[in-house]
Amino acid sequence: MTADAVTDTPETIIEVNEMTKVYKMGDVQVVALDGISLHIRAGEFVAIMGPSGSGKSTLMNILGCLDRPTKGSYCLAGQDISRMNRSQLAHIRGKKIGFIFQSYNLLPQATALQNVLLPMVYRRNGRISQKERQTLARSTLAAVGLTDREKHRPKEMSGGQQQRMAIARALINDPALILADEPTGNLDSRSGKEIMEILHSLHERGRTIVMITHDAENAGHAQRVIHLRDGRVAQESVQSTAIPVEG
Amino acid sequence: MIGEVLQIAWEGVSRNKLRSLLTMLGVIIGVAAVIIMVAVSAGTEATIADRIETLGTNLLFVSQAFSAAGPGARQPGGSSNDLTYDDALAIRSSVKNITGVLVERNSTLAVKAGNVSSDGVTVVGTTIDYPEIRGLTVAQGRFLTQKDLDNTAKVAVLGYSLAQDLFGEENPVGQKITVGTVKLYVMGVMEEKGVVANTDYDARMYVPISLMFEKFTPAMFARFAGNMVNTITVQVENQEVMDGVITQIEILLAKRHDATMEDLPFTVRTQQEIIDTQAATTESFRSLLAWVAAVSLVVGGIGIMNIMLVSVTERTREIGIRQATGATPGDIRWQFLTEALMLSLTGGLLGVVGGVGGSWLFNQLGSMRTVLVPNSILLAFGSAAAVGIFFGFYPANKAAQLDPIEALRHE
Repeated sequence: MTADAVTDTPETIIEVNEMTKVYKMGDVQVVALDGISLHIRAGEFVAIMGPSGSGKSTLMNILGCLDRPTKGSYCLAGQDISRMNRSQLAHIRGKKIGFIFQSYNLLPQATALQNVLLPMVYRRNGRISQKERQTLARSTLAAVGLTDREKHRPKEMSGGQQQRMAIARALINDPALILADEPTGNLDSRSGKEIMEILHSLHERGRTIVMITHDAENAGHAQRVIHLRDGRVAQESVQSTAIPVEG
Repeated sequence: MIGEVLQIAWEGVSRNKLRSLLTMLGVIIGVAAVIIMVAVSAGTEATIADRIETLGTNLLFVSQAFSAAGPGARQPGGSSNDLTYDDALAIRSSVKNITGVLVERNSTLAVKAGNVSSDGVTVVGTTIDYPEIRGLTVAQGRFLTQKDLDNTAKVAVLGYSLAQDLFGEENPVGQKITVGTVKLYVMGVMEEKGVVANTDYDARMYVPISLMFEKFTPAMFARFAGNMVNTITVQVENQEVMDGVITQIEILLAKRHDATMEDLPFTVRTQQEIIDTQAATTESFRSLLAWVAAVSLVVGGIGIMNIMLVSVTERTREIGIRQATGATPGDIRWQFLTEALMLSLTGGLLGVVGGVGGSWLFNQLGSMRTVLVPNSILLAFGSAAAVGIFFGFYPANKAAQLDPIEALRHE
């Protein structure tokens, strides 16, 4: 398996140390993450599970640089992001993270091609010409099986196709980390399987994937499953071989 | 990057075409109003300046002063504050260094020659210095003489086109015409002059002012007005003697009307003073109009801010998606500011087109003379841009400050 080959070079992508996140709601303090520590290496496929209120969304937001920890540190691909300002966080998101959301989060009035090109619009370094971008976006769309759909708008596509468009968008900037938040949550089981298949093959080609899910079957595709409870890691299980996707 | 920002902003504006147009309408109207109003007042100013300049050169104007008692108020002792033809005659005979004195009173009457008639002809009752002061020359026959005035002679001098209308190829001199109910002899025809400052000099005719007082003033009006005139125009030899002539006229009038120099019921002003007064009046009128128009620009700006705030709320999810894919607060701010600017500048541009077109149309319709003032176009367009930045900043900032997590969750 190629995944094994990649994990042979164990560069750390995510390093979370004693991280705490406290929300203030009026006078009440809600502790969403309570001194959590995580290490995820390049090429790993990690699933994060846990009941609602366990802190997995908060963890996802911080790992995705959408939010900052209250205490503790978070290093993404060697960069400490816990003290960064909003602009710096935005740069990191654009450059290093590809998001896959449960509700796709595509721009409804933009075509598939425009949606996939979106992260390129905000890219600061390594900008390439409009023509090169389009070529890259087309090949990325083709890679997720959306050849000939580049002019279609999200409304004109099925849920599975929309999620594949979102995956293409997540891949376009060649991010260090792919964050998937319940990627099959809005899909029927057949489309869900297709999406998991794509994630699986991305993992095989060496991508680092962190996926939040409450679906045990989906979690089965991951090498490692982290169970959260009350803002802490409750249980961690390593699956030596991920279950191959059926079909 | 700039191309992309413009493209995104354009998509935002064009998504709701009707709404964007209605939003721009405030700015369009504001900008067009500034340009048209300034053009109209500049046109009025130019017309007044033309009119005063074509009156002749080195002129003084004697007219009734506005007083608390009002013009025509009778003073104790029976002397009058009215300016009369007799005052003009007195000035002509006793003031030195002057080359002519002119009074006129106009009436509009029907004129008939044989079986040709013309309605609504301007009949000008005037004095012998009229052609000299107004720069007109006689083509055929002669102009009015002092004898005509003294004798209230039933004579007339025709303007060029009026003569043609009444007599065609025939020589009008010596012919009889009927003005109102009075028969007059044509003594001369004026040289062609054309239309100057809205006055068609060729379509009028001239009669002795004494005849005007006697025959062409309605009886009931004559009782009050007598031989009263509004303005006595005095032509002076040159600029150097202007002040001396003013003093002479003031002393003469004070004596004739039993008034002191301090509360003389008349004013003697030079052409330049009148131009300056008019300019000052139109200037303040123009700035008042500009302010009114500026207010509508501000209202337009508030419209832009309003719609941008709605747009930010509607597109919260989109903002969240853009933030997740790497847009910084600065990027978001620029996007919405560009959109607001696009609305205001497009509105401004349409307003300039509307304003220039409107001014042209007013001119073409002939109802109002307009003169485009380039500065007003720059000012209006610049204000539109400033309004866009000013009223776009708050919504743009609001969009930039959105929390990406909240924005992504927004329905």
